[in-house]
Amino acid sequence: MGRTLAEKVWQAHVVRHAEGEPDLLYIDLHLVHEVTSPQAFDGLRAAGRTVRRPDLTLATEDHNVPTLDIDKPITDPISRAQLEALRVNCAEFGVPLYSLGDTEQGIVHVVGPQLGLTQPGMTVVCGDSHTSTHGAFGALAFGIGTSEVEHVLATQTLPLKPFKTMAITVEGELPAGVSAKDVTLAVIAKIGTGGGQGYVLEYRGSAIRSLSMEGRMTLCNMSIEAGARAGMVAPDSTTYDYLKGRDRAPQGALWDEAVAYWSSLPSDDDAIFDAEVFIDAATLSPFVTWGTNPGQGLPLSSVVPSPADASNEVDRVAIERALEYMDLTPGTPLRQIPIDTVFVGSCTNGRIEDLRAVADVLRGRRVADSVRMLVVPGSVRVRLQAESEGLGEVFTAAGAEWRQAGCSMCLAMNPDKLAPGERSASTSNRNFEGRQGPGGRTHLVSPAVAAAIAVAGHLASPSDLA
Amino acid sequence: MEQFITHVGTAAPLRRSNVDTDQIIPAEFLKRISRHGFEDGLFAAWRKDPDFILNQPQFQGVSILVAGPDFGTGSSREHAVWALQDFGFKVVLASRFADIFRGNSGKGGLLTAQVPQDVIEALWLIIEADPATEVVVDLQARQVRAGDLVADFEVDDYVRWRLMEGLDDIGITLQSAVQINEFEDSRPAFLPVTI
Repeated sequence: MGRTLAEKVWQAHVVRHAEGEPDLLYIDLHLVHEVTSPQAFDGLRAAGRTVRRPDLTLATEDHNVPTLDIDKPITDPISRAQLEALRVNCAEFGVPLYSLGDTEQGIVHVVGPQLGLTQPGMTVVCGDSHTSTHGAFGALAFGIGTSEVEHVLATQTLPLKPFKTMAITVEGELPAGVSAKDVTLAVIAKIGTGGGQGYVLEYRGSAIRSLSMEGRMTLCNMSIEAGARAGMVAPDSTTYDYLKGRDRAPQGALWDEAVAYWSSLPSDDDAIFDAEVFIDAATLSPFVTWGTNPGQGLPLSSVVPSPADASNEVDRVAIERALEYMDLTPGTPLRQIPIDTVFVGSCTNGRIEDLRAVADVLRGRRVADSVRMLVVPGSVRVRLQAESEGLGEVFTAAGAEWRQAGCSMCLAMNPDKLAPGERSASTSNRNFEGRQGPGGRTHLVSPAVAAAIAVAGHLASPSDLA
Repeated sequence: MEQFITHVGTAAPLRRSNVDTDQIIPAEFLKRISRHGFEDGLFAAWRKDPDFILNQPQFQGVSILVAGPDFGTGSSREHAVWALQDFGFKVVLASRFADIFRGNSGKGGLLTAQVPQDVIEALWLIIEADPATEVVVDLQARQVRAGDLVADFEVDDYVRWRLMEGLDDIGITLQSAVQINEFEDSRPAFLPVTI
């Protein structure tokens, strides 16, 4: 019987298999950041253990870093202490680290791919749920907790039960103005925040094949919001074109050897998935969330739903509570919801293509007076690339703030936050209560839609702009 | 890690679905570099509401949380498990758990016991009617008992064995050092390194 992409990658990494026990899986790349690692390094120290493979481990500073005045000391003493702990730990255990100020610094899930470290067929882990991003390359990549971070540091392996596989097939041509972010929000709305639990999602079909690597990363990034630990796209010429020539990509004969192997990875025609979901690309349109989990999303042309629409009591209570938190009234057209803050960035949509999409909308336009707009590159390299293309000037000319690299307003761990009651349109991944700041309200959108909202001052798509 | 065989305690009903880890412990508490003392961060935003279930006098000292479906979604932060444990919880019961949260719980010794939603609803009624009800979570028998209710719960066999033995994962894995060395020697040369 044929095997799926996920099964091939899994089976190529089994160090030990025993009946009734989890497989022991070898990890090819372990990414580390400051938030989920200090207790893991402490655990190593307490047990007298070392990092087994510092050369397969890479750390960067992202969650806590400010995106303004990065040449000055960090003002929050607790954030500063956490970054200092990472620096001490990396130095002591020999782990390479890209610190604030380094040209390679940035969000961990932007840095790995841009260096060419993330490659097809690899196992990639990080103490961060959005590690699923790296699945865009046909890698099996998933988030882990701090105990598992310690486990990988010490052994370069993880004991894991195999995942089930789910094919998400999107066939057809995406309508103009529909991006990977709209696809993923539609997928999550369809299968729910728990729909992917226990599964690896494999995104397939002509609409997926047509996506760039950036788009595929956005899609795989959000897999966790559907409850799936990992999302994958089979490697193809788009993947190889992206990787070729990057710093850490193989070269010469090794490149040929790698491509030969990568080409064997796509799911076999007779592979059987444990579950399948089909989506017709032609039915998709710009999507926006109205509630407090990423599954509570609708096409922009919809109205705010009513608790009466719920099919069961659990959902009814959830809608009621979300509307209360979001301060929304059932029946209101989504386009009438005013927005005061627009955030472009994050590991979901902080790459160069995302910034280009935003600049295309903002060029020759102004951000509405009622709106504060932050544009935050996912890495220093993304910032430099954007500047070389003149995008930074487009953002500032439009009245947006053009910041330094970091996780920024995706999560309230650094100075970029929503104030209580503020309402954002955000290209990030989570609209949970208080995610962008206590009492803040979040609507998740694509980069182009975010830019249109910044201009309009309310939920809108680029096609609404004059 | 402490062994977990059977836990007896009182329980709190959390009548919410999709309780994500940002709600269990907001990001501002994640800046600490210690492994303990996260109890003040548990449900920090919700606990500002005096009516929140864990603020009610009849639910003080609870050690079992009975929650709605899709508990622990979102971020991989293990701090969510630590906050629940530091607050005094030993068990979370729900009809569905997010994968990473469930994995983290098993590592830290917090039992996530999965029961159908109708059992959750029945438990909610029992503990709301009498918050002093003694709830027994029997990992040996994979059974939860409260008042007249007796229900089986699901838990991964391997996690159950580890919890009952109180075993540390890294210690178990290091017993396979020879296999790890052999695997490492066979890795293709085209794979990248970070240094």
